[in-house]
Amino acid sequence: MKTVSPGKRKKAKTAATEGIWSLRLYVAGQTRKSTTVFANLKNICDTHLAGKYQIEVIDLLKHPQLAKGDQIIAIPTLVRKLPEPIKTIIGDLANTERVLVGLDIRSV
Amino acid sequence: MVKKKHDDVVLEKCPTGITGLDEITKGGLPKGRPTLICGSAGSGKTLFAMEFLMRGAMDYGEPGVFMSFEETPEDLAKNFISLGFDINDMMSRGLIATDHVYIDRSEVGETGEYDLEGLFIRLGYAIDSIGAKRVVLDTIETLFSGLSNIHILRTELRRLFKWLKDRGVTAIITGERGEKLLTRYGLEEYVADCVILLDFRIQEQISTRRLRIIKYRGSSHGSDEYPFLIDESGLSILPITSLGLDYPVYKERIATGVPKLDAMLEGKGFYRGSTILVSGTAGTGKTSLAATFAVAACRRGERCLYFAFEESPSQIIRNMGSIGLDLARWVKEGLLQFHSARPSLYGLEMHLLTFHKMINEFNPQVFIVDPISNLSAAGTVTEVKSILTRLIDYLKMKNITTFLTDLTHFIGNLEHTSEEISSLIDTWLLLRDIERNGERNRGLYILKSRGMAHSNQIQEFLLTNQGIGLIDIYTGSGEVLTGSARATQEAGEKATELVRWREVDRRLREQERKKNALEAKIAALRAEFDVETEEVHLIAEEEQKRQAVQVENRLDMAQLRKGKSSAPQVMRSKKKR
Repeated sequence: MKTVSPGKRKKAKTAATEGIWSLRLYVAGQTRKSTTVFANLKNICDTHLAGKYQIEVIDLLKHPQLAKGDQIIAIPTLVRKLPEPIKTIIGDLANTERVLVGLDIRSV
Repeated sequence: MVKKKHDDVVLEKCPTGITGLDEITKGGLPKGRPTLICGSAGSGKTLFAMEFLMRGAMDYGEPGVFMSFEETPEDLAKNFISLGFDINDMMSRGLIATDHVYIDRSEVGETGEYDLEGLFIRLGYAIDSIGAKRVVLDTIETLFSGLSNIHILRTELRRLFKWLKDRGVTAIITGERGEKLLTRYGLEEYVADCVILLDFRIQEQISTRRLRIIKYRGSSHGSDEYPFLIDESGLSILPITSLGLDYPVYKERIATGVPKLDAMLEGKGFYRGSTILVSGTAGTGKTSLAATFAVAACRRGERCLYFAFEESPSQIIRNMGSIGLDLARWVKEGLLQFHSARPSLYGLEMHLLTFHKMINEFNPQVFIVDPISNLSAAGTVTEVKSILTRLIDYLKMKNITTFLTDLTHFIGNLEHTSEEISSLIDTWLLLRDIERNGERNRGLYILKSRGMAHSNQIQEFLLTNQGIGLIDIYTGSGEVLTGSARATQEAGEKATELVRWREVDRRLREQERKKNALEAKIAALRAEFDVETEEVHLIAEEEQKRQAVQVENRLDMAQLRKGKSSAPQVMRSKKKR
């Protein structure tokens, strides 16, 4: 779908990416739901993690094999790959407060 | 019958390959629809589901997806390798795909609306990757503890089952047994086509597993509780009650191995495929009779399966050697197979299944259980009877001659134990002790034998080193005697007879003598009479001579007196000798 913040790779979690928030958003197809959740996420990140985040959007309709790896059941699912530990949030991310708690952003 | 035909047309079925299940469901699970398997923990749901997949992949060319919500694929592979299912191998051959769905509520936050499209995608991907026709979801209810929005979950489950149907896969969904509902979260509400309940209960320390088809939309099915087993070859269900009384019967007769016993049975022996019961108290020779029958079968070149519940095979072989039966030879030739087990080793159903399995594997013509009474150690009388009914029906279907021995107790009626199963038995031999004069002997008689005019005589049953012998029991002078008493009686009788014969002989000789004496007397009288007759004749002759002389004298006198007469002349010529 879309990839925001350039050059994000899985292995990029060493010193060079210190302090970078690596987020992965799983959606299924380019639906209204998908765009809504992406917009919600972008909004939150821009507000709270400006400049130090990257979002990878995975469309499971195109890459169904990727669902297994992160134990995706629900759509949409947001996975915080970095900083560790990995955190998972499901839902449309409409409730910013809960997303911040879920991603542990407040403490940063 | 009409209904069954109807089923075949309307509802396509998907054979499970699970022993017995396809018979009671009349062909398998509904094809292309989901089936719910519910049961408590440890009731065999996962195994049921896995076997369904494995058999489908191996025997019916239908690859399957196993989506596990509880166990990891590694654990599954480990658990099922002992049942002969090599999941890893099947996976590498593209016949089975597994996916482990793991969800932990503590690690997942929920914000707002979502759906379970991810699960659909994963399942769809797995199905497409191997072209699966069968799907297992084990246990999807785990999602209820992983996700907090029950409302979404229920909507999505409904969608999932519809989706499975649309994909045309035959699916098994397992569900934990709930307190009031069939499943804890009421899955049966969504899966309406077929619901199977697995039950696991323990009675008197022996566990039995049972299976019941609660519903099967659009199909008739067996509605009883069917016992089933889990062993090294997977799950087996006993569809026994579906057997009827319409088995074929045969007129062929087979020898019992004891010629005299054959003679008691119209001289031909048992009917092939009939059920024979030998009951008797301890030590009356039941095992010997069974072994003799086994050897007779082997001699005919038939296979014989011998279930021993009391002794080990080697012990039976040794002991039967003492009455001249060489069982080891037939074991070596592969015609005789022993199976020994303690009856209390496992439950009755397990025994029955073992019977079934062994029978199917060995395919015997003669089947011996020695003794069936020990089975009661593994269950109640009703259960034993039900097991035996099913076993006997099954054996009759296969035209296997069944020889059962039954140990009766000293107390009470000798026919007591067997009363319950009497109706199942075609030929019932009774061995009993006859105690008299400080001696214990064995007697055998035929209590009943359906379809033949059997002997009503009690025979004395002897175990010799040449095998079993039957001797007509002594029944003279209003007494029944056996053993040495019989021998004594017979010897005594012989002596008496001898004496009597001598007496007769003596009288005969005396009579002869009398006759001789009489004849001698007659001879003497006759001799006397002859003598007398002679004398009389002599006298008569002399008289004639005298008269003749007189006549001559008279003629002479007449001549002298010169008178002529011719008559005296004629007379003279006539009388002259």
